[in-house]
Amino acid sequence: MTETRHDRAPGDASAPSEPSSVLVYTTGLLLAVGLTATSFWVANTSLLWGPGVALGLAVLAIAQMGVHLVFFLHITTGPDNTNNVLALAFGILIVFLVIAGSLWIMTNLNDNMMLSPELMDLHMQH
Amino acid sequence: MSVAVAVYDAVQEASAPASEAGPAPKRIVVAYGFWIFLLSDVVMFSALFAGYAVLVRAIAGGPAGIQLFSQSSVALETACLLASSYTCGLMSLAVGSERRSVTYLAAFATFVLGAAFLGLEIREFADMVARGATPQRSAFLSAFFTLVGCHGLHVTAGLIWLAVMMAQVAVKGFRATVQRRLQCFALFWHALDIIWIGVFTVVYLMGVTP
Repeated sequence: MTETRHDRAPGDASAPSEPSSVLVYTTGLLLAVGLTATSFWVANTSLLWGPGVALGLAVLAIAQMGVHLVFFLHITTGPDNTNNVLALAFGILIVFLVIAGSLWIMTNLNDNMMLSPELMDLHMQH
Repeated sequence: MSVAVAVYDAVQEASAPASEAGPAPKRIVVAYGFWIFLLSDVVMFSALFAGYAVLVRAIAGGPAGIQLFSQSSVALETACLLASSYTCGLMSLAVGSERRSVTYLAAFATFVLGAAFLGLEIREFADMVARGATPQRSAFLSAFFTLVGCHGLHVTAGLIWLAVMMAQVAVKGFRATVQRRLQCFALFWHALDIIWIGVFTVVYLMGVTP
């Protein structure tokens, strides 16, 4: 009873003594294998519309990360998992800011630093 | 009647607010602290991913990813790491129920699969270096070796950690400190697999699609 009053430790299964815990890991493994196989297929097939492949790969990767979080790390939406989920949400926010921000700024910088050929010649002379 | 009251009391006790529940057991505090560390590690990896994404086109006339990456090798590495994550999960279950032989068996499988992953990665790196694709060749290759190499270093650290933990299980048995360390190791190993999903998608698969 005392356990239920505290948040669950990340990585703890709902009931460690349950025989179905193996089933949880196995389900996760099967889902992960399916998603990985799909990712490799998507990258190599010519059946799909080319420009959409990168987006599809990103979606598959995020889905698989979700599968790993739920089935291997046992992060759930339950009330005993609030602290773990909040920390994760903050981590995802920072990851998003770092990656999206870097790409945004560097693309912009790249575009603005491109000198026109005449200007480049001038630049080279001095 | 008294049974009903007892049940009611138990329910009351279970639903007491967290502020009145006292400090959480140490295993929860330790695992939560390690979870925070792992998230900070993920943030560090996000900086490496961002650097890679910015520099992926900066090949400076050298080889690009499509000429360097072997998909069959990456698929094999992915399979090894995924399988070792699964056996690591089975090891956590064995540790939870204090079954020593199953723990050793699952830990051994985890170690072998992790070492196989590392061996394949080192072979891939050596192959690239032999073809002149060293980290000095271009900004793209610097970013590639930093990102993938950093993940490889984490796997190496994980393998050493696992070996040390098995020695501790052998010498100290399943005492509380050992169980907490094994719990942290499992979190670490699963987190490495999550980062590898990002690596094989962003670096290898997106690198070979035109």
